Amino acid sequence: MIDEELVQLLSPEGERVSHPDYESTLSGDEVFGLYRDMAIIRRICNESTSLQRQGQLALWAPVQGQEAAQIGAGRALEPMDFAFPSYREHGVAWCRGVPPEDMLRLFRAVTTGGWDPQKYRYSVPTVVLGNQTLHAVGYAMGVQRDGAEEAVLTFFGDGASSQGDVLESFVWAASFNAPVVFFLQNNQWGISTPSSVQSKIPLYHRAHGFGFPGIRVDGNDVLAVYEVTKRSLESARVGGGPTLIEAYTYRIGAHTTSDDPTRYRIDAEVEVWKHRDPLERVKALLVREFKVKAAAFTDVAAEADAIALQLRDDVLAMGRPDPITMFDHVYADQHPLIDEGRREMIELGVSGGEH
Amino acid sequence: MATTTMTMAKALNEGLRRAMEKDAKVVLMGEDIGRLGGVFRITDGLQKDFGEDRVIDAPLAESAIVGTAVGLAIRGYRTVCEIQFDGFVYPAFDQIVSQVAKMHKRSDGVYTMGLVIRLPFQGGIGAIEHHSESPEVYFAQTAGLRVVSCATPNDAYWMIQQAVEHDDPIVFCEPKSRYWEKGEVDLDSPPRGLFDAVVRREGSDVTVVGYGSTVKTLLRAADTAAGEGTSLEVIDLRSVAPLDVDTLVRSVEKTGRLVIVQESPKTASIGSEIAAELTERCFYSMRAPALRVSGYHVPYPPSRIEDAYRPNVERILDAVDRVMGYES
Repeated sequence: MIDEELVQLLSPEGERVSHPDYESTLSGDEVFGLYRDMAIIRRICNESTSLQRQGQLALWAPVQGQEAAQIGAGRALEPMDFAFPSYREHGVAWCRGVPPEDMLRLFRAVTTGGWDPQKYRYSVPTVVLGNQTLHAVGYAMGVQRDGAEEAVLTFFGDGASSQGDVLESFVWAASFNAPVVFFLQNNQWGISTPSSVQSKIPLYHRAHGFGFPGIRVDGNDVLAVYEVTKRSLESARVGGGPTLIEAYTYRIGAHTTSDDPTRYRIDAEVEVWKHRDPLERVKALLVREFKVKAAAFTDVAAEADAIALQLRDDVLAMGRPDPITMFDHVYADQHPLIDEGRREMIELGVSGGEH
Repeated sequence: MATTTMTMAKALNEGLRRAMEKDAKVVLMGEDIGRLGGVFRITDGLQKDFGEDRVIDAPLAESAIVGTAVGLAIRGYRTVCEIQFDGFVYPAFDQIVSQVAKMHKRSDGVYTMGLVIRLPFQGGIGAIEHHSESPEVYFAQTAGLRVVSCATPNDAYWMIQQAVEHDDPIVFCEPKSRYWEKGEVDLDSPPRGLFDAVVRREGSDVTVVGYGSTVKTLLRAADTAAGEGTSLEVIDLRSVAPLDVDTLVRSVEKTGRLVIVQESPKTASIGSEIAAELTERCFYSMRAPALRVSGYHVPYPPSRIEDAYRPNVERILDAVDRVMGYES
């Protein structure tokens, strides 16, 4: 993936790469923190895949290979910023403080959401491709009207980049100079559809046609993703308008646990990308430049294991919700059909009672 | 009681103005609604008085008008979206059904979608294709949405304010053929709740139900029927979803006969829903099957022949004759 325009600060071998516009100034502790985040989210992901295979989740959307893109972007956010995900941004959810068990509620099929979006300033999962980009722009227009110095970050993929909503959100963000950053994870595959079918030009080039900057960053380089996202968010906060970031990465795993990628892509391609692993290169840097000892990595692995085991316990403890809860929060105000449905369910004895 | 006479268009304009004065978080967004004042001039003068940040001339993309309103709602704003014509709402259908309707649920009640989607609907203005449709049933069928329609200037003035203040998303259907008709508006107090039906004319033989443009047609039909010795009770539904079933039941228990009138096609329509609901609730009071007078199951026709498509007095009276004919 030799690309002169790709922002990269750390090579796949863990060597620092100089770039005319971006530089990583993170301390050893901070870089280690990013490594820890990535290791934990990978472990959470692996545990979730196992839980699905064991029949404990309806579905899981693996994040493996995209840890740097998500942790780099997630850690670039300030607490007051707001982010709008699609459904695979478990790494961003982790950075926003969403408890791992809450990330899995949707996949356990006990809710259509999972967490309090205002508490974490991280919106609910969005499964319909691209819908959330318009919500992000609208929210950003609200930020503008409030005169607040906050930025909005929204996530979507190369597949969703073909959706009308995404392109409309580009138009609106540009027209209103909205404080929003579009974070496109180009993981090369929309289930079985290669990104070459979504676009005949590099996706980040699209931004120029809409009138705002587009940047392609090595999505497997957490240092580069962090710096590029941080600067784009800073620009948005002070009236600099939108930016499109294309994080060039790869979906190592299946689209979801229902998918079989061996039907549409070759192993050799996956192997190439495994050599560009986002964690290994940071580990190499930490060992060589920051002299981090092996024991520190062992400690992170143990911590990640503990989080995964706790997650397993928490998920298994999530029972079938009382069916009567399906009537909660359909409307903010009283509604006769909700009252009627509730009444009928109670009469049928299906529910545990009034909820 | 301060009353004044104005058109429905002006009443909507004044209602929106008052809603914006009351709450600084109310913003309007739509195509051509600012400098032009909207193609029907419903928002005339509002951008001049409230500024471009609160009356937003949108790029021409309906999904974005609604989708960004969702984001504004999450930020605490109340957006009144204007969809220029009924037939142009479909690009926004995904956002309305998948997002607007479900965000409150998905967020476990944290997000409130207090937004209004204004929809000039129904025909009768001699327009070209896509400008005369009745899409209300698509939204009425979707849990999480509410659908209302005004039939008089007074209702227009008050219902738009009530809709803006409501915490649930509301599809607000405006009968565009009645925009320029005048009526009395009471500026002091709303006539009733947003979701309450109203008996526009009391009668004893047949309950006739309509909403939006058809209410006035029903009143004319009632005049004619009265001359022929049949007493029609005219109900203006006002709220299409949820239905004010109690008001309908009270009337049908009295008259025993029911005719529902709508411009939309008959199949799986609001009229179908009312017929089924009322059959279930007052079967033993009914002396005849409920009849629907509707548009036909065809794409809305070229407007040179729309008069043959839209329910008129003659077709309504024909249905009245049929329900009356069930008794010797």
